Amino acid sequence: MMAALLATCAPPGSTVPIALSHPNSGTTGSTHSSMHPSGSNASPRSGQLAAKLPASALVDDVNPSRQQFDRQQFAKLPASALADDVNPPRQQLERQQIEKSLAAAFGDDVNLPRQRLELVAPPLVHPHEQVATGGPKIYEVRLVAEEKKMVIDDDGTTLQAMTFNGTIPAPAIVIHEGDYLEVTLVSLPSNTMPHNIDFHAATGASGGGDLTLISPGEQAVLRWKATRAGVFVYHCIPGGPMIPWHIASGMSGVVMVLPRDGLKDGNGRPIHYDRAYYIGEQDMYVPRDEKGKFKTYASHADAFADTLDTMHKLVPSHVVFNGRVSALTGKNALVAKVGENVLFLHSQADRDSRIHIVGGHGDYVWETGKFSNPPQKDGETWFVRGGSATAVVYRFLQPGIYPYVNHNMTEALELGAFAHIKVEGKWDNNLMTQVKAPGPVVSAQRSAGQ
Amino acid sequence: MPRFWRQWLLTASIIVYAVVCIVMVALANAILPGPAGPAISDLVEVRAASFTHRSSGEFTRDGRVVTAPLVTVTIPHTLAIMRHQVSAAEYRRCVEAGACERDRIDNDLAAANRPIVKVSWRDAEAYAAWLSRETGEHYRLPTDEEWAYAAASRFKDDAIPDTDDPGQRALGIYARDRDGDVDREPQPIGTFGANENGLVDVAGNVWEWTETCFTRSAVDGRGETVASTVHCGVRVVEGRHRAYMTDFVRDARSGGCSAGVPPTNLGFRLVRDDDDSRWRPLGRLIVQAQRLATR
Repeated sequence: MMAALLATCAPPGSTVPIALSHPNSGTTGSTHSSMHPSGSNASPRSGQLAAKLPASALVDDVNPSRQQFDRQQFAKLPASALADDVNPPRQQLERQQIEKSLAAAFGDDVNLPRQRLELVAPPLVHPHEQVATGGPKIYEVRLVAEEKKMVIDDDGTTLQAMTFNGTIPAPAIVIHEGDYLEVTLVSLPSNTMPHNIDFHAATGASGGGDLTLISPGEQAVLRWKATRAGVFVYHCIPGGPMIPWHIASGMSGVVMVLPRDGLKDGNGRPIHYDRAYYIGEQDMYVPRDEKGKFKTYASHADAFADTLDTMHKLVPSHVVFNGRVSALTGKNALVAKVGENVLFLHSQADRDSRIHIVGGHGDYVWETGKFSNPPQKDGETWFVRGGSATAVVYRFLQPGIYPYVNHNMTEALELGAFAHIKVEGKWDNNLMTQVKAPGPVVSAQRSAGQ
Repeated sequence: MPRFWRQWLLTASIIVYAVVCIVMVALANAILPGPAGPAISDLVEVRAASFTHRSSGEFTRDGRVVTAPLVTVTIPHTLAIMRHQVSAAEYRRCVEAGACERDRIDNDLAAANRPIVKVSWRDAEAYAAWLSRETGEHYRLPTDEEWAYAAASRFKDDAIPDTDDPGQRALGIYARDRDGDVDREPQPIGTFGANENGLVDVAGNVWEWTETCFTRSAVDGRGETVASTVHCGVRVVEGRHRAYMTDFVRDARSGGCSAGVPPTNLGFRLVRDDDDSRWRPLGRLIVQAQRLATR
């Protein structure tokens, strides 16, 4: 499906992007395109690049068969218009022309092509282009607020959870700088409370929260422009004590706004990732009874007062990745291969965290998650500010099992904030060798060969 | 009083005292409830035999980790082992007697018909000592070999292929032990069915402590052990997969390494040493007399 979309969006003359995505493999769509900017020929800032397409290529407000239409429009472009690496002088000229024509189009943002994004449950990330192959679009997503009881650990402890699209965390949404996100927020009739959504990536009106407060059985539509590149949290923000409670109950996710020309290493060289995972960390506050046993509640209303009391102590009963203890271990462990670049998005909408890959590193770490800043290199442990998200790219060099942890190890191993990454491949003895397996102590004299 | 009569009186009173004692003990035996431990029907007797067993512990050859050898193990006597894991109700009696500790958070004692969980090796030892005192029998944890023998087809050979690739070894262990993905809630006794020896719930969702210490052995080319390090702070735990656990850990999730798959629950069952079976009635008599005396 996504492969078709990507192919449709690809301009003639460029290699058709290959979507490696498989819903169960955690592989995202990747763009092995000749359009991939090279390091020495770094493209201008993404917003500018977006402004280089002719308005005619993008305007589409009538034709219901939008993808087809896009393709026809693209076909009218000179074959070389977008192939940056073919002919620099000519390319520069055409860029200027494109910039001019697109400036007009930008005045009327509703007249952009539209594309619906089918969101997927974390830790997977929906297939997407890493380098935008067309001009800005309006991306349509549907988020459904759902209140429900969820099991959060192996003891069967339950949380009166609140979710977008039924998962903790809510899905990751990937668009590019200059794109618009048009969100239809729906509240299930079975819900009992108002819900809304605050996108940290959006500007104004509480990130959209003021414009989206809906009752059970209602929906609202919000559109905002992605003007800053980075990974941003979104969350429910319905007012008063409902805000911390809804967030601590699971209502948060991320939007990743990629630079139009993809991620860069800080020296203009492109960074391509083979897989992307989204880990949403959640602190939870399940009240205990007088014997210390976790309480269960018949409804959200019943749980409210006790839960707020527990939250006031600021000591979580659980700190988990992706909704429950052990959500990302065993048969649900994350997978990767030696040599693959893996992008990890990590959010914590409520509380600080610090992420470490045991046995690994972060090659490129956007600790604040914002791509206009150069990434830090050779990351050890990266700080996740409460209410933000980090982005880390790491190429695995050894096979094995890598625990991915909140490096407050009490939170990791006692409260649940850990995942496992299973990495297949061949061991590199140069990087590490077990010179001698554990055994009896050999006397210093003997071991020194004396 | 003539000396003869004094001696006669002394002897007579000793005899009378002895008779009275015997009668009282007999009466006590008749009146008092039987031994506090499980009835004989709760022990399964597995016949003595030899069998092939994958050794526990870790093995190295020439400084490299190798697969544990298969060895022939002989069980020299009939093995009397508890048919089911020690239940919460049974364990409660030890707690009430002040001989067993309880974890700070106690959710298990209520579920009487379920195996006791969240017990450490030390807790299991304390229970075995208490039960032995109560019954005049000798109860103890089984060794890894005894457990494997009684578990029969439910014992899992945990060998993974030899490899010098630490990554592949980690992946192999992770895949092997993944069967830990079972419901954590302890189930009523018998839920996981009986094996061919009549033991129930073997390799269910409660792992069992054994007496066997963690041992690392260096073997030579013929597989003969040339050196070994025994660490009894870590004991072998048996269940769906074999694990090694620090003896004071009650919840394996908090006691394992970060990357492993820990046992779901920690419980135990005991074996009774029957080597001194001829003396068992006497032992029981002494216990009853002691109890009577301390009333």
